[in-house]
Amino acid sequence: MTREILFAGFGGQGILFCGKVMSYLGLVSGLEVSWLPSYGPEMRGGTANCHVIVSNDAVGSPIINNPTDLIVMNLPSFDKFENTVSPGGNIIIDSSLISKKTSRNDVNAHYIPATQMANEMGVPKLANMIMLGKLISVLAAVSLDQVKEALEKSVPPSKKELIEVNLKAIQAGYNFNSDI
Amino acid sequence: MDKVLMKGNEAIAEAAIRANCRHFFGYPITPQTEISAYMAKRMSKVGGTFLQAESEVAAINMVYGAAGAGVRVMTSSSSPGISLKMEGLSYIAGADLPCVIVNIVRAGPGLGGIQPAQSDYFQAVKGGGHGDYRMIVIAPSSIQETVDCTIDAFDLADKYRMPVMLMGDGMLGQMMEPVSFPEVKTDHLPKKDWATTGTKMKRKANIINSLYIHPEELEEVILKREEKYNTIYETEVKYHTEGLENADVVLVAYGTTARIAKAAIALAKQNGIKAGLIRPITLWPFPTDIIAKTAPNVKCMISVEMSTGQMVEDIRLAVNGVCPVHFYGRTGGAVPTPTAIFEQIRRYA
Amino acid sequence: MMETIFERPKALADVPFHYCPGCTHGIVHRLIAEVIDELGIEGDTIGVAPVGCAVFAYNYFNCDMQEAAHGRAPAVATGIKRANPENIIFTYQGDGDLAAIGTAETVHAATRSENITIIFLNNAIYGMTGGQMAPTSLVGQVTQTTPYGRKVEMQGYPIRMSEMLATLEGSSFIKRCSVDSIKNINDTRASIKKAFQCQIDKKGFSMVEVLSTCPTNWGLSPAESMDWLRDNMMPYYPLGVYKDVTGGDR
Ligand SMILES: Cc1ncc(C[n+]2csc(CCOP(=O)(O)OP(=O)(O)O)c2C)c(N)n1
Ligand code: SF4
Repeated sequence: MTREILFAGFGGQGILFCGKVMSYLGLVSGLEVSWLPSYGPEMRGGTANCHVIVSNDAVGSPIINNPTDLIVMNLPSFDKFENTVSPGGNIIIDSSLISKKTSRNDVNAHYIPATQMANEMGVPKLANMIMLGKLISVLAAVSLDQVKEALEKSVPPSKKELIEVNLKAIQAGYNFNSDI
Repeated sequence: MDKVLMKGNEAIAEAAIRANCRHFFGYPITPQTEISAYMAKRMSKVGGTFLQAESEVAAINMVYGAAGAGVRVMTSSSSPGISLKMEGLSYIAGADLPCVIVNIVRAGPGLGGIQPAQSDYFQAVKGGGHGDYRMIVIAPSSIQETVDCTIDAFDLADKYRMPVMLMGDGMLGQMMEPVSFPEVKTDHLPKKDWATTGTKMKRKANIINSLYIHPEELEEVILKREEKYNTIYETEVKYHTEGLENADVVLVAYGTTARIAKAAIALAKQNGIKAGLIRPITLWPFPTDIIAKTAPNVKCMISVEMSTGQMVEDIRLAVNGVCPVHFYGRTGGAVPTPTAIFEQIRRYA
Repeated sequence: MMETIFERPKALADVPFHYCPGCTHGIVHRLIAEVIDELGIEGDTIGVAPVGCAVFAYNYFNCDMQEAAHGRAPAVATGIKRANPENIIFTYQGDGDLAAIGTAETVHAATRSENITIIFLNNAIYGMTGGQMAPTSLVGQVTQTTPYGRKVEMQGYPIRMSEMLATLEGSSFIKRCSVDSIKNINDTRASIKKAFQCQIDKKGFSMVEVLSTCPTNWGLSPAESMDWLRDNMMPYYPLGVYKDVTGGDR
């Protein structure tokens, strides 16, 4: 099993952190992982993305050219990466920020109004975790304990109090049924 | 120990601290800035010194001074900054001082770009600074190896009293992988009784210097250093190989490129082509022997680099005409894809 | 018909700036371009861009431009001036570029009374590389490389370049300005004009230091940044003329 997951959106949406939690989730599940961010001045107010590979085998190239899973949180990234997703793969779309639907019929599209849900929950900064929750539900059954462990490892000790709300946001995404 | 996810840059900084490096002199430059940022946070907590110098020129000369004073010391930069350090490096080599220099390579020449590259190979292994000198150059290809190599780098520097460069690239610096930190021991290393720590009126004065006015004297010093370099060539070469048995095509690649080459080799296997990999870990001393030994058994070798072809020259010297040596590379910050490398394998298989 | 009240200076290229919202680099570019227009010197002017957030300045002015290595702009400008002394040469440099890695070049251009003009943006931080300490960062200021605040025992004192360069016999016109208010922006424009005039009159080295903001790396909103500039930078870096010998012979 190898999942090549591309997280993309605006700087400030917590895209890189989202990828980090996913990487730790792989690590606590006993898998090999790599995490590669975009870097440089283009990130200033612009787009941010990160490549996360989770695999049974040692990770070769950390660069993802054709993701098995794309998590998108803004339109420019959707337009840029939609057509790179491998056939049979997943696209998880924040439908409160992206009104377009995918034109591809060889991938599984999941629309989730993550930003709106986050606002309603009173945690506007955690749309990224809602997206992650959706990804987890699409990918595999991991236990809540593992998600919690991954969060504990991702969050610096000084921000420990944020783990619970993050977990709630992940659960909201996990439980959201986007197929109806 | 529990594994943690760390960026290459942060892992280098933490590994240096674990290796008892307590002095770091740097100057900000993308894509290695996280090393300085990490050192700024951690050094004061472990009783060490982090200093942001006014330039790379100053930073490398601070390293000269601290190394001469007998402490473990490190500096880090990226290509344009490393160019500025070259003068200092030559003096460090000429005064036989141990230190570690990190180059998180970005695309050049000039300001170039900030994306990953391997185009500083010549500068690192062929000199860069002036004079007859060598520097051990280590090129890890995963974050765990980056940790291990950083610790080795300090040991090698102290063992041979010379500068050691750890060479990564923007991708290795920025990416995260799980790492754990080994226990570090330094008691096997020679005492630094040559350092300028003050005579305390109990010993002859120590002098750190690279100036020898009389040619015969300078020649003697250089030749003695050359003997040391020969010993290193005989004993410190490090590399990794994969699938060399029955391989028709052998890729030679280091660092980030080697990881991508592995993915290409897997593609070749799926297509029934036997390809192998030689991955130099030390770029100087270069793994000449294994390349020479492999050459008669293969159709050809392909050097894969993020440059217009630098290491390929050393491969050709090692192969010495026994088999063709091809080159494939991307440059300017572009990274080769597994498919593109696979196309090269197919072309020459 | 609507009256055009905000016309793009001719010397400013018609391309969008890449600067962050609220960054003062854009204002200062504009002032320089206005001065070039007013003096009618675009065809004779050569600008030297630094390494810093203003690295792409070579795309923003319509005059000839050279991009220098980090800190070396005054040396590059010297070369250009010595090759064609009739040309008007300006450098545009940040505090890291001018007062850290390029201090030697700056000091020696001034002491040679090199007939060039330096526009020096002091924002008390390294913007381009993501917010490290600058030589002009204030005591106590938290940056990426002074996470516990700048401490005198570790990093020493912030450097006052205008005051220092004014002590050199070779400097002719040195002034510190700010762009935190309309009044100060107008004064900055006038000062830049005077600096260029100093060069045109062959009076020697001129520099205008402009106190500026970096909302992104200060972690403040553009408005808060202006307050921070006034409350913290201005007391340590007083505005005013530090040297003016343009009236006499040179
Ligand atoms: C030799 C060298 N060292 C370091 C760098 C990285 N670098 C780019 S810009 C910069 C500092 C920019 O700060 P400043 O001059 O204050 O300008 P600002 O970005 O704040 O406008 C540095 C250190 C470089 N390009 N070249
Ligand atoms: S980082 Fe700072 S100096 Fe650079 S463009 Fe942004 S606000 Fe301006």
